[in-house]
Amino acid sequence: MAHLRKTSIAAAAAVLSLSTGAASAQELNVYNWSDYIAEDTIANFEAETGIKVTYDMYDSNEVLEAKMLAGSSGYDVVVPTGDFLARGREAGAYQDLNLGRLANYSQQDMQVQNFANDQIGVGNAGAVYMWGTTGVAYNVDMIEERLGADAPTDSWALILDPQYASKLEDCGVVILDAPTDVLPNVIAYMGGDGTSTDAADFEKAGEILNAVRPNLRYIHSSQSINDIANGDICAAIMWSGDAFQAAYRAEEAENGHTIEYYIPKEGTNLWFDHFAIPADAKNLDAAYKFIDYMLRPDVAAANVNYVWYASGSEGAKSDIDPEILEHPGIYPTAEAQKNLFVVPVYDARLDRAVTRVWSRFSGGS
Amino acid sequence: MAAARHFLTRHGRRLVVWLPLAWLVVFFALPLVEVAQTSFTEPRRGIPPFAPLWGFGEDGVFTNFNLENYGLLVEYSQDYLKPAGNSLRLAFFSTLICLVFAYPMAWWIARSRPSHRAILLVLVMLPFWTSSLLRIYALIGLLNTNGFINSMLLQLGLIAAPMRMMQTDFSIYMGMLLTYLPLMILPLYAVMIRLDDDLLDAAADLGASRVQVFRTIVLPLTFPGIIAGSLLVFIPAVGEFVIPALLGGPEQVMIGKVLWTEFFRNRDWPVASAIAMLLLAILALPIIYARYQDGRETALDRAEEAGRGGQA
Repeated sequence: MAHLRKTSIAAAAAVLSLSTGAASAQELNVYNWSDYIAEDTIANFEAETGIKVTYDMYDSNEVLEAKMLAGSSGYDVVVPTGDFLARGREAGAYQDLNLGRLANYSQQDMQVQNFANDQIGVGNAGAVYMWGTTGVAYNVDMIEERLGADAPTDSWALILDPQYASKLEDCGVVILDAPTDVLPNVIAYMGGDGTSTDAADFEKAGEILNAVRPNLRYIHSSQSINDIANGDICAAIMWSGDAFQAAYRAEEAENGHTIEYYIPKEGTNLWFDHFAIPADAKNLDAAYKFIDYMLRPDVAAANVNYVWYASGSEGAKSDIDPEILEHPGIYPTAEAQKNLFVVPVYDARLDRAVTRVWSRFSGGS
Repeated sequence: MAAARHFLTRHGRRLVVWLPLAWLVVFFALPLVEVAQTSFTEPRRGIPPFAPLWGFGEDGVFTNFNLENYGLLVEYSQDYLKPAGNSLRLAFFSTLICLVFAYPMAWWIARSRPSHRAILLVLVMLPFWTSSLLRIYALIGLLNTNGFINSMLLQLGLIAAPMRMMQTDFSIYMGMLLTYLPLMILPLYAVMIRLDDDLLDAAADLGASRVQVFRTIVLPLTFPGIIAGSLLVFIPAVGEFVIPALLGGPEQVMIGKVLWTEFFRNRDWPVASAIAMLLLAILALPIIYARYQDGRETALDRAEEAGRGGQA
């Protein structure tokens, strides 16, 4: 009897440890950009691994960064853009990835990955999920109606030159609420260097923005997707994939609006979004499994086919829709690549100067 | 069981006082102290993104006071004054509009049949049962250039081209009214329901016109409700930035948004805390002063009355 009791206690203890062990391995908290994953990816991952995923979304790097800097965010996998990852890594918010645990890392587009690692200073803290450009999305018919054949639909001038923007005021012009994705491009439009870290360049860029401010409908990073798809606005500075999602939504709705996107000839910034693991992540094992799953070529391709950004995976290319691979707005042509640049990480002083320029512009003072 | 009852009868009164007090200390006073402390720290790149204000080092306790955050507010005051003005204006007019709509509504509810009152009050509070964000998005759907109202008016042939309603003052104040109206109605209702009908009848019998009845009886007696409702609307409205951000255009930058920018974009938590402390001072000091004056007047009145009583 005593023996039996002992075994049953041991069995109960075993069951208990098993269940707690399973519980901690079977949970994963992911924090990703909104509209940035195929609809069934999470469900597929859960079915394949038995890991229960809590999936939250944000629409600005700043919100993610504030959570990371406060610490104890509870998230295991997050997707910061390069400069934010580099800065967060410096602050001790992210841990370096153990690449040995990511079998599919070998499938990465190493040209893109190395570029991000070295030029932005991300080191080994991230694995590129997707990358893209900032450019201009516009409603083809509305622009033609107002500007005719003169429309500079290959230049930042469409948005930044009051001569054109003023004629589009009635149909709605919008700029991204992301200073580091807009101001460097304004500097490029002025003929300057988009990688500039000279506060004076930003002051000048601010003046150009202030000149078109009266013609703007609003300044926002995610609202424009729906609005341009519905014809509520007609031209916007947008991230490439968002513009294609808008075009797709308009096409699906059959509302008569055709949305197109271009990379301006003056050049634009490239950005890279990385999978990263916060320094205090609790479910490390699940986090590595998730990142490895997301890097798997067929999964990476399915996501790209849904969100229309360029993939960080080279292996995925064979499964990516040819229309996406051949689209110059997504995978820039060799000609356009010459004018692409990566925005460097700014120091605290320049950060404040940039924010001041941006606040004055968005606040209209 | 008996012991528990004994404990309750002995300490019940103290519990009733101390529990809410403890709650206030933990969830109100401590965070406030934390924000106040942060406003004197130095920003850094790390977790958290500011250096500790004080702590225990090798040479005992060290302190690290930094007044520069408030200095920055003075230096760049033009960046903060205009949004602060926008916020105060928004809060003031929102309060006024809410009052204009809420006063007759509260009056009507308080004067309606008792059996109907509960239903009407529930209808007032019903919007609180859905997320305010959803209600704002519903409003966007109504007011958009291609939204419900415009398409209906176009269909009916009442207008030739869609009206611009979004990103205007109109859409902002619609959003504010939609969100804050119940906060104004409820305190007004609370005082109106206690208003003695006999007073109104007596005044009418003695020949007072409706306007006179309103000015000399209704308004003074409902004044506490007006003050309470106005404070309930005004104070959160000053910090409001979601509604102007979603419904307004680029020029409507509120102090709440500036705070957001300092916190998120500049990663400057100390300066954000300094703004929050200043905002608190601007809002709280007049109220504290008003209460202090109020208390003094009552005390003076009492003293005066006592003096008169002594003379007689």
